[in-house]
Amino acid sequence: MKVITERDVFSMLEIKREHRQRNIRRFWGNRFAVTGSAILLVIILLVWIAPFLTTYGPLEVDPKNRLQAPSSEHWFGTDNFGRDLFSRVLYGAQVSISVGFSVALVASFLGLVIGLLCAYYAILDHVLMRICDGLFAFPSILLAIAIVAAMGPMKSNVILALVIVYTPSVARVVRSVALVVREQIYIEALRSQGASAWRIIWVHMAPNSTSPLIIQTSYIFAASILTEAALSFLGAGIPAPDPSLGNILLDGKSVIFNAWWMTVFPGVFIMAMVLGLNLFGDGLRDLLDPRNSQTKK
Amino acid sequence: MSGYILKRLLSMLPILAVVAVVVFMIVHLTPGDPAAVMLGDEAGEKEIAELRSQLGLDLPLAVQFFHWLANVLQGDLGRSYFSDVPVTQAFWEHLGPTVSVAILAQIIAILIAIPIGIMAARRRGTMIDQAVMGVSLFGISVPSFLLGLFLILLFAVQLKWLPVAGYKPLSSGLWNHLRYLILPALALGFMQAALIARMTRSSMLDIIADNYIKTARAKGLKETMVIYKHALRNACIPILTVIGETFGGLVTGAAVVETVFNIPGIGQLIISSVERRDYAVIQGTVLLITVTYVLLNLIVDLLYGIVDPRVRLNRKER
Repeated sequence: MKVITERDVFSMLEIKREHRQRNIRRFWGNRFAVTGSAILLVIILLVWIAPFLTTYGPLEVDPKNRLQAPSSEHWFGTDNFGRDLFSRVLYGAQVSISVGFSVALVASFLGLVIGLLCAYYAILDHVLMRICDGLFAFPSILLAIAIVAAMGPMKSNVILALVIVYTPSVARVVRSVALVVREQIYIEALRSQGASAWRIIWVHMAPNSTSPLIIQTSYIFAASILTEAALSFLGAGIPAPDPSLGNILLDGKSVIFNAWWMTVFPGVFIMAMVLGLNLFGDGLRDLLDPRNSQTKK
Repeated sequence: MSGYILKRLLSMLPILAVVAVVVFMIVHLTPGDPAAVMLGDEAGEKEIAELRSQLGLDLPLAVQFFHWLANVLQGDLGRSYFSDVPVTQAFWEHLGPTVSVAILAQIIAILIAIPIGIMAARRRGTMIDQAVMGVSLFGISVPSFLLGLFLILLFAVQLKWLPVAGYKPLSSGLWNHLRYLILPALALGFMQAALIARMTRSSMLDIIADNYIKTARAKGLKETMVIYKHALRNACIPILTVIGETFGGLVTGAAVVETVFNIPGIGQLIISSVERRDYAVIQGTVLLITVTYVLLNLIVDLLYGIVDPRVRLNRKER
C-alpha cells in the first residue's frame, strides 16, 4: 500500500491551486463572461450609489413638471406625476435586483435540498418529482400571476410566487446530477464504511452536485427579473407608487405618444440586466460544464 | 406504438392531479376570507356569509375539492361572479385573438429563423455567424412585452405605419385583421425566432460534418441542393421539436403581449379577472391553458415518437 507523504499532499494542493488559477484565467478569457460581468457590475454600482446620484426621491411628486423630456435637470425626464424618472428607474432596478436575488437564492437552496433528497431516497423521489412535474406543467408567468392574484400584489408575495415557479427547475437539475454522483464508487465506499445518510448527502453529494446549480441560479436570477417586470407591467406585481421597472413601463404605456423616455429608459435597464445575467450564465456554463460549451471553435 | 401512447397518457395523470390541486388551492391562498375579498370593504356580514355558502366556501376543504373536481371533469368550470357568464364560454370567446397572435408569431419566427440559422451554420465563425448569434442572444434577453412597446414607439408613434393597438376580427377583412396583429406577432415571434435560429444552427452544424454530406458534395451536387435537400431534412427533427415544445409557451406569451396592444384575448380576460378577484375565471383559465399546454407537449412527444422510432424504443428500455 502506498503511503501518502507530505510531498504528495503538497503536490496535490499545488494541482488544486493550478486548477483554480486556470479556471479564473479561462473565465477572464471568455468574452461572454467578461462582458456579462462588466454590465452587471455597472448596474449594481449604479443602483448601489443611487442615493448619491439622484437629487430627487423616487416618490417626490411635482405636478407642475409632468412629462418633461430628458434634460440636465432630469436626466431621464419626468413621469406623468412629475416624478424624476432617473431616480425611479434606479430604485426600480434595485427592486428588480432584490427580487431576482432573493428568488435565485431561496429557489436554489430549496431546489438543492429537494433534488438531493429525491436522488437519495427513492420514495421521496416519486412523490416530490411528481409535484415538481405538476408545477413545471404550468406556464411560469401564468402560475405567478395566479399566486400573486390570490395573495395580493406585494413584493414578498411576488418573491414567494417566483420561488414556487422556479424551484422545480432547480430540483430537477440537481436531482439529475446527484443521481449520477450517488452511483460513484466513493459514495459506495462511504456507505460501506457506515457513513450516515445525512453525511453522505450534505458533505459528499451536495458539493459535487453544485456546478449545474450555479449555472441554473444565474438563469433563474435573469428569469425572475423578467417575470417580475412582466407581473408589475400587468398590474400583478409591485404595487404603485413604489417604483419597479415593470410598473414604470405600465405608466409609460398610457403616455407612449408624448413620453418615449418612460418606455425607453426602464426598458433598456431591464434588457441590460437580463443580457448581462445571460452572458454571465453562458460564461459560467462554458467554464463549469465544458461539454455544453457554446463557444466551441 | 399503442403501448408507448398508453404509457405516455398514464404518465400524465399524476401531473394533471398536481395541476388540479394547485389550481384549486389558488382561492385558498388568499389571506383571510375569499368571499370578503371578492365583495370589497363595503360588504356586510350577511352578504359575505351568503357568498360563502353560494361558493361552497363553508364546506370542509376536501369536500370542496371533490365538488370542484367533479364539476371540472364534467366540463363545468363555474361562472364568472361578475358577468355571470360560464368560465368556459368566456374562455372560448377570448381564445381566438390569442391563438391568432400565437400562430402568426410562429409563422414569422419560422420564416425568419430557419434561413438565418442555416446561413449562420454555413458561414460558421464568420461575422455573419457572430451577428446571428449576437442578435439571437439579444432576442432571448428582451421580454416580448418590452419589445412590443419598442415596436409601438417605432412603427406606430414615429413612422405611423401600423396602428398602435386594438384588434379587428378576421370577418372585417384579412388585411385589416393582419394589420393589427403584425406588431404583436413580431414582438412575440422575435424570441421564438431566436430560439429556432439557434437550434437550426447547431443542428445543421452537426449534420454538415457527416460523411453523407461529403458524399453528396463529392458527387458534384449543387450546394443549395446539398443544404436544403440533404442536410435540412435530417436537421429538421430537433428544429421541429423546439417549434412544437415552445408553441404552448407562445400561447401564454401571446396572453402577455396582447395586454400591451389591448387585444381582447385570454391575457385581457386573466388581467381583468385578477383586478376584480374573479376567482372562478382565474382558476378556470389557468386550468384550461395549463391542460392545453400539457396536451400540446404530449402531442409533440407522440409525433416525435412517430417520426423517429428511436425515441419510443429508447423510452421503452428505460
